[in-house]
Amino acid sequence: MSAITRPVLNKKQVEMNHLLHEAPREKHFITGAQAMAEAVKRANVDMAIAYPITPQSEVMHLVGDVFAQGHIKEYYRAEEELGTMSAIAGASRAGIRLFTATSGPGLLRGLEAIVSWPGHRVPAVLGILTRVVNAPLSIQPDNIEMAYMMHCGAVMLHAENQQDTFDFTLAAFAIAEKVDVYIPVAVATEGFFVTHAKGYVNMMSEDLVYKEFDPVASPVPAMDNETPPARIQRDAPVQKSNFMSYLIHSVWQQEIWDSNSRAMKYIYEYLGGPIEVQNPGSDVMILASGCAAAQAREAHRYAQEDGLSVGFVKVRAIRPFPRDEIREALKTAKTVIVPEHNIIGWLCTEVKAAIPNGGIVHEGPRVFGGMTLPVELIMFEIYEALGIEHKMKL
Amino acid sequence: MSLKYVTPAERFKRYLPKDYVELVDFGPFGKTQEEAGPGNMGQFKELMEEHPMCSGCWMAYYIRLIFASLPCPEETVTLGTAGCGRLAISQAAVPFIYGNYGDQNAMASGLTRAFRLRFPDKQKDVITIAGDGGTMDIGFSMTMHSWIRGERFTTIMLDNEVYGNTGGQSSGMSPKGAVLKMAPMGKDFEKMPATELAKAAGCVYIVRMSPTNIKQAAKVIRRAIFVAREVGPTFIHAYTSCNIEYSIPTEDVFADAIELGRGRFKFDEYMTDEAKIVIERVEGEEKAARKARKASKAEAVN
Repeated sequence: MSAITRPVLNKKQVEMNHLLHEAPREKHFITGAQAMAEAVKRANVDMAIAYPITPQSEVMHLVGDVFAQGHIKEYYRAEEELGTMSAIAGASRAGIRLFTATSGPGLLRGLEAIVSWPGHRVPAVLGILTRVVNAPLSIQPDNIEMAYMMHCGAVMLHAENQQDTFDFTLAAFAIAEKVDVYIPVAVATEGFFVTHAKGYVNMMSEDLVYKEFDPVASPVPAMDNETPPARIQRDAPVQKSNFMSYLIHSVWQQEIWDSNSRAMKYIYEYLGGPIEVQNPGSDVMILASGCAAAQAREAHRYAQEDGLSVGFVKVRAIRPFPRDEIREALKTAKTVIVPEHNIIGWLCTEVKAAIPNGGIVHEGPRVFGGMTLPVELIMFEIYEALGIEHKMKL
Repeated sequence: MSLKYVTPAERFKRYLPKDYVELVDFGPFGKTQEEAGPGNMGQFKELMEEHPMCSGCWMAYYIRLIFASLPCPEETVTLGTAGCGRLAISQAAVPFIYGNYGDQNAMASGLTRAFRLRFPDKQKDVITIAGDGGTMDIGFSMTMHSWIRGERFTTIMLDNEVYGNTGGQSSGMSPKGAVLKMAPMGKDFEKMPATELAKAAGCVYIVRMSPTNIKQAAKVIRRAIFVAREVGPTFIHAYTSCNIEYSIPTEDVFADAIELGRGRFKFDEYMTDEAKIVIERVEGEEKAARKARKASKAEAVN
């Protein structure tokens, strides 16, 4: 028995819309890791499972404290990420609300389990605090790992700053658990740049929590021998024949991607939509997600000061990808600049594929290995695109 | 709730599949072992009937025995992984969770904790049933760590000493010298000491056996489940030969199991003092209940 006793808290359960849009908020100056843990504290999480990796560890340390303070019912450190992500899948079958977080190599180690969560209909929330994927070794922020997550069916949100990290993480639980969604939601943000840096975060009182998980309101009821329908029929259809296995797998995966699309309406409801647009109709549009959006926002401000025809698009949702919204936002653009924190330019590729005139999308600027993304790098591309003379050298 | 959960309303029965109704009426749910247990297999509606296993498969027999021995099937959830075993386990009338490769004990860790959290006053039996590859090779870390953490569920390893389902590759549990796929010159290291590893990792009840004696095998399965409910992780290492990959003629499968039961699967039962207390108490209670039932039956006859 543990010598430390956990207090029993009496918190008021409310709907997600009340939490996000109605409850009064107070301004705090906290790190991104704190913002994620503070969201978990208000999400009425039943169980969190932790495993260390830099820069994520800070998040799950803080979630451990949140457990010790009585906000979470169960918490443990698992053996490694595959064990962590598998335990999340197992615990989910009992009908409870779950949270875990990881980074770069940890995400890839747990990926076999994570990419099967949508198929297993696991409505857990996963924090991704981005980091380089080896080799050579680096612990620095680089969001290349998100590219590996994009094709499993999970909903993916990308937070620009500490405030986004808080709001997105909280909203993620409600989105994941909608009966017409019921797949995992990953909330990504850049390691160190956001997780270890402080920013202003407006938060509601911690006496309020999201209403408790409902194991009955699920398209795939809990396997708890309590929630109907009873699962005693001996029919393992997938194993009947190869034909049945093709058929079942294909319809099931279609349903998962349909569920992913259906998450879009809740991204509108809770987060105000999958993109933010400023100065639509400009000749040059800077489009970015996550931390790169903060730098792109700054470049956009510089350009406004210079009186240039430059607009800004921030992408909040990576999955479902806001194809229609991006098409609309970029329809009159002559050049699209996509600054990114990774070498392959996964967002650039997505945007190119989403619009009919992909040729206007400029490759980069990109930084990787954990480098910072100077605003000047983006300005250079803007000047080049607009044919403005400048003395910047790269 | 759980017995009620499997029982349909009387008037709804005619709309349900016959197999379902028979399971509820003539299956082992809510019944004692004398009514529906290993002693009268074939005389009641069993949880596992049809399966796609090979003719003469000793693993299929043992899985059938596991399901006939469950102390409370209506409160049981099984977990497994890739391998021949899951082909049969998934067709038993008990919820079965199939995840990824070798992750059964990690999933069971999460599941068991979540059950205790949601149903603190109820006993849900969680059992992982996987092969030697799933338990000791690909799932090794997750198996060991679930034991080290003291997770309270039962692990059953169906050891056929080979990767049967993928076509006969050598596993960590194959005996030294065995010529199998991926060991074309014969396996050059010893069979892994599974029960010793379990002991070192903190399992509180451990049995190695070749389950040729039905009564003894059933007793072991039930003990492992009873102890896991109250004390800690339990482990059964059972020999379930692969007559295909080891070329054992179907009529010799039983003789082979007897022979290995005298050799490297010689019966070995370990229990901690705490586990022993639970076993003695539960078996004492069962004996008293049996006696009382017998007495009331005799009284009814008189």
